[in-house]
Amino acid sequence: MSIKVTGIAASDGFAKAKVYQLVEPDLSVKRVDIQDSASEINRLDQAIDQSIHELHKIREIAAESLGEEEAQVFDAHVMVLSDPELVQQVKDKIESESVNAEFAFEEVTEMFVQMFEAMEDNAYMRERAADIRDVRKRVLAALLGVTLPNPAGIDEEVIVVAHDLTPSDTAQLNKKYVKAFVTNIGGRTSHSAIMARSLEIPAIVGTGDITEKAPQGTLLLVDGVKGEVIINPSAEEEAAHEKAAADFAELKKVWQKLRDEKSVTADGVEVEIAANIGTPRDMEGVLHYGADGVGLYRTEFLYMDSNELPSEDKQFVAYKEVLEQAGDQPVVVRTMDIGGDKKLPYLKLSSELNPFLGYRAIRISLDQDEIFRTQLRALIRASIYGNLHIMFPMIATIEEFKQAKAIFEEEKEKLINESVEISNDIKIGIMVEIPSSAVIADQFAKEVDFFSIGTNDLIQYTMAADRMNERVSYLYQPYSPAILRLIKHVIDSAHKEGIWTGMCGEMAGDPIAVPLLIGLGLDEFSIGASDVLKNRSLIRKLDSKEMASLANKALYECQTAEEVKALVEKIVHQ
Amino acid sequence: MQKKDFHITAETGIHARPATMLVQSASKYESDIMLEYNGKSVNLKSIMGVMSLGVGQGADVTITIEGNDEEEAMEGIVATMASEGLGE
Repeated sequence: MSIKVTGIAASDGFAKAKVYQLVEPDLSVKRVDIQDSASEINRLDQAIDQSIHELHKIREIAAESLGEEEAQVFDAHVMVLSDPELVQQVKDKIESESVNAEFAFEEVTEMFVQMFEAMEDNAYMRERAADIRDVRKRVLAALLGVTLPNPAGIDEEVIVVAHDLTPSDTAQLNKKYVKAFVTNIGGRTSHSAIMARSLEIPAIVGTGDITEKAPQGTLLLVDGVKGEVIINPSAEEEAAHEKAAADFAELKKVWQKLRDEKSVTADGVEVEIAANIGTPRDMEGVLHYGADGVGLYRTEFLYMDSNELPSEDKQFVAYKEVLEQAGDQPVVVRTMDIGGDKKLPYLKLSSELNPFLGYRAIRISLDQDEIFRTQLRALIRASIYGNLHIMFPMIATIEEFKQAKAIFEEEKEKLINESVEISNDIKIGIMVEIPSSAVIADQFAKEVDFFSIGTNDLIQYTMAADRMNERVSYLYQPYSPAILRLIKHVIDSAHKEGIWTGMCGEMAGDPIAVPLLIGLGLDEFSIGASDVLKNRSLIRKLDSKEMASLANKALYECQTAEEVKALVEKIVHQ
Repeated sequence: MQKKDFHITAETGIHARPATMLVQSASKYESDIMLEYNGKSVNLKSIMGVMSLGVGQGADVTITIEGNDEEEAMEGIVATMASEGLGE
């Protein structure tokens, strides 16, 4: 019997393959007094041998699928396990304290972890601490007789099923074999969903309990358009899935024909459909799908993929590459947005009760301005290579903006004095994602060159609801008249001062929201590159005047998000 | 017994990749190889031991080797020190 599970369609596409469960087993260790320390030491030796053997295999596979550089981390793991000091200390502990190998191994490795982590300002040593932790899992698993998941070692076509995927899990997934993934938790905006769209593999998140329903090795059909998973499908279901996949491929071909067409409404109003990127590598998709520029370059990846603060030169190279590839098209670069759910191993941030309401983004940049200055210098130096727009995230007050802009001007002045060639037309804008800045958008519009509305945060801050908290996620309502009115105020304020407003949240690609946003006069939509053509195809069918009256009804006659949705469905999508 | 003093010139000291190379080199030999710095002595075949010393630029360290292949081992260590730009 087949089982159907629905979740949130996080990345579209179709896939059929067997389940690969990415589940971390219970590796908790108890202290046990033992009699025969010799046999305990023997168990330890065997576990270490087995782990080294596994690591050699993983390294081989990783070198092939991910490249030699990525594979070298496993050499470091082998080295830790071959370390005579470490192994001897564990053995001594087993003998002198008559304890089990698991306990002794955990205690000794923990001591090294603590020692290396305590070495201040040394990213390399902290990385070794992470290696020891990783290796410890493998040895403990061997001692406890349980199997560890190993995403880099996947060498057949699978659909990864997991409770959740961390950015580092997803980074290890090889697109050649991983055909889709399905998780218990998460939303369209969680990291795993964003990664899936940039890898262009289908993903369904927030299914609740897929890990319990889809055991290792069972056949799975994934429909990333509807957000539907079928476990152990019947022959009829497989045939229907195949047909839906073929239809979808056909539709994508139709969209691809719009690659070189303008983003313009049926009545001739031109807008811009730009793409969101995380790294210069993503420019490939931007060009492939014919986006009208980059509407959001998330620079945090430069910080997150590193063991130390990225240098000015390293950042310069990345920014230059993106600007050059974009040509004349605008590139909106958001300055560092760290904090909240994004942590850096080398930047110590104390843990906070409310990280999303805490020390993050521009608040860190203004407080630790040397980090901010390095980024601004790299950006200003790169400005000569394209059409640069710099955007500050999480601006709540005019003072914050003025302070950030003053720092920008100082660094620009310094570079001019150093005779560095720079563009004299760098645009400076803000991300509108805190309700306070949306409310006084009329005042901000006199200070900035552009707005970009970050809907993910704007919605959760306006509704006071954490979008990742399943119990309140119903309050994450992009179509709420309250949200739509805030957006209208931002757009109207911008137009009054002759500047433009974009949107770089998920809402900008939502087929219910897009007609309303056209009606409200949004100038730029920034979305995942693979959704650009779908959006262009929709916008080309819309009449801006009709949409304006639709939006008016939605904002002032509808009371609920549900009513707004029903209205748009009736008028636009029949 | 072989004994030799080295002055560490590498900017990062004995860290990162050079440390790994030094340990790999030492592990090829049968002899006991010890690294001494600041009054503390560790097994040069142990990456954890070597790194826990925290040897920085400008440090003076001593390497002592004892065993059947001690001469060969010292030659190997000297060569690695030089090729990794660690010191002399």
